[in-house]
Amino acid sequence: MQGFGDAFAAAFGLIVGLDADLVEIVGLSLAVTLSATVLACLIGFPLGALLAVGRFPLRGALTVLVNALMGLPPVVVGLVVYLLLSRAGPMGALGLLYTPTAMIIAQTILVTPIIAALTRQIVADLDAEYHETLRSMGAGAGARMATLLWDGRLALMTAALAGMGRALAEVGAVMIVGGNIDHVTRVMTTAIALETSRGELALALGLGIVLMILSLALNALVMGARVSAARMAHA
Amino acid sequence: MLRLVASGPGPEAVIRLEDVSLRRGGRRVLDGLNLAIPEGGITAIMGPNGAGKSLSLRVMARLITPDSGSVQPAGTLSGPQDIALVFQKPVLLRRSVRANLRHALGVYGVPRRQRRARLGELLDFGRLAAIADAPARALSGGEQQRVAMVRALAARPRLLLLDEPTASLDPQATAAIETLILDAAHAGTTIVIVTHDRGQAGRLADHIRFLHKGALVEAAPAAQFLLAQKSPEAQAYLAGRLLL
Amino acid sequence: MHRTILSLFAALAMTGEALAGDDALIVQSTTSTRNSGLYDALLPVFTAKTGIEVRVVAVGTGQALRNARNCDGDVLLVHAKAAEEAFVAEGYGISRADLMYNDFVLVGPPDDPAKVAGTEGIEAALAAIAEARAPFVSRGDDSGTHKKERALWGETGIDPDGDSGRWYRETGSGMGATLNIATGMGAYTLTDRATWIAFGNKGDHRILSEGDVALFNQYGVIAVNPEACPDVEAKAAQTFIGWLLSEAGQAAIAAYRREGQQLFFPNASGG
Repeated sequence: MQGFGDAFAAAFGLIVGLDADLVEIVGLSLAVTLSATVLACLIGFPLGALLAVGRFPLRGALTVLVNALMGLPPVVVGLVVYLLLSRAGPMGALGLLYTPTAMIIAQTILVTPIIAALTRQIVADLDAEYHETLRSMGAGAGARMATLLWDGRLALMTAALAGMGRALAEVGAVMIVGGNIDHVTRVMTTAIALETSRGELALALGLGIVLMILSLALNALVMGARVSAARMAHA
Repeated sequence: MLRLVASGPGPEAVIRLEDVSLRRGGRRVLDGLNLAIPEGGITAIMGPNGAGKSLSLRVMARLITPDSGSVQPAGTLSGPQDIALVFQKPVLLRRSVRANLRHALGVYGVPRRQRRARLGELLDFGRLAAIADAPARALSGGEQQRVAMVRALAARPRLLLLDEPTASLDPQATAAIETLILDAAHAGTTIVIVTHDRGQAGRLADHIRFLHKGALVEAAPAAQFLLAQKSPEAQAYLAGRLLL
Repeated sequence: MHRTILSLFAALAMTGEALAGDDALIVQSTTSTRNSGLYDALLPVFTAKTGIEVRVVAVGTGQALRNARNCDGDVLLVHAKAAEEAFVAEGYGISRADLMYNDFVLVGPPDDPAKVAGTEGIEAALAAIAEARAPFVSRGDDSGTHKKERALWGETGIDPDGDSGRWYRETGSGMGATLNIATGMGAYTLTDRATWIAFGNKGDHRILSEGDVALFNQYGVIAVNPEACPDVEAKAAQTFIGWLLSEAGQAAIAAYRREGQQLFFPNASGG
């Protein structure tokens, strides 16, 4: 068995050498995951706010469903999206299978429940604080949702990070709908799976280390943004 | 001086609660309450804890629907922006003072063209220009309450309801708020203030309404009431004796 | 910040659209073939010659066949002759052609507890393993390799199913994962030679049985039938298969080496 030392050496070599394949793979990972996270936020923020603040029948059931969907296994999502996008499937004519777009779709489906569920909790807590005040100002449901979402923007950043982390780390969904095609749909996680299946364990672990560094960098960036935003916001 | 509201009809009730009753947790917290608030000037609502003072404000502001009885606003109180409410603890958004006021202007539906000018007026009225860009939540309690008051006046309400607005503030901050209240009243807003502070009632109020156990016990001009109360409950309360 | 994200996504969406199968050929193939590195050597030659971009989706044989049946591929390249012939017979493929062959080998731990090294032929080797109840790892996933392995057990008259979970371990995984498990638990396993040579985690395992005629491994190539799948890139598929079966393609296959050894032996029958 190759040692961890080999893995760190492999990671170091890849990064310092700015291996062209690595750059391509990292770029695609970022593009797919960031796109999916943005889309998931666009859907999840208002959905979460609606679940927190709205009053409609089946609200409780929908909340339970969204919470449960946080635990969707990535490989199951991949399978479902594959069946939808397959040429034999309902959306086959779009020709999206084995493209980065398919990967973005799958990851968006995976991440939206997390963002919605976390948003729901954040907005519900804020609603408890602001409910009387906003009602006394005559704010309707829509105005309340928008106000609370903006007020909770710092916590929502953390929710977005949680979703992004899940997308960056998953392999099951992107493997099935992307096909791990060299130069087309190969991302960090599928590359790690590939090298593992080739028995190139040091390289696989090295890629894993690079992925961790990437995740650290992204989180640090957002944390920095949070800190400067927090200074503007509140006591 | 800032003119906050167009002048209305003569000295009649701006809002009237008729025979209002409300049960909470098996108790009758409002019990056939008859309350008429005179238009113009400042009315103070006083009474021991549990008398229903805060609840009556919330009923007036339409935050609570009574079990029975009616709430009759004057015809001039047509929309939610005509009645504003300020709570004991100010609840401001996590943004700057200016942004808080802008948000209120939006929610109250002040037409876009007027918002900029209105914002300037409000900042002047509350003497908030110096802290306009500070994060609202980083301000002292007194400053936050000033912002909350000015925010309540954003849409020029005819009726301003204040629920013990200075109970948590030090004397200096209290004085600042009382100045704002007097300014608003002079500009034409009808003000209802719930207060435990006899001195505050003396400084501010034109009329007093004394509540006990969810009902109106005494109504009188302020100077007269503070000098000599007619009801035994009011006498006991102002003398500091425990009321059951 | 918002604009950067939006333009990133827009670029990606457009790229996705552009890449969504206009000219690119999709080949459904197996992980063992991909892992050997053959495609990395072959495809650039073909693309340089014809300008056709080829994308390989490497999955288990069963999944490759299923994907092709769903019309999610233009060409099928696997090593499971019976399944391939059924695929064509059902109308999903135009025809099947022999492309190349290599062989399977039995690999095992250096201490060789079942004494496989002394046996003659693969059947004797498998019998020895069953006798000794030595750990044996199976693909267990209906792949070409797995089907070959089951056929060989059939020849020995031994049915290992009864001992599944004991000395007979079925991983349900690809060749690479199965090899990782085999070297990890000191077990025997059947693998195609190409994957073994290219494998990076051999540990101390070595080839203990090879050369038996029964270990012959034939690869076939099929063009997906446009009558069953109207959206298939029929012309590009024919060009690709034509090239593979031509002198140039066959020579390219023969020329591919790993660790100094030839991994695949072209055996297309005259075009």
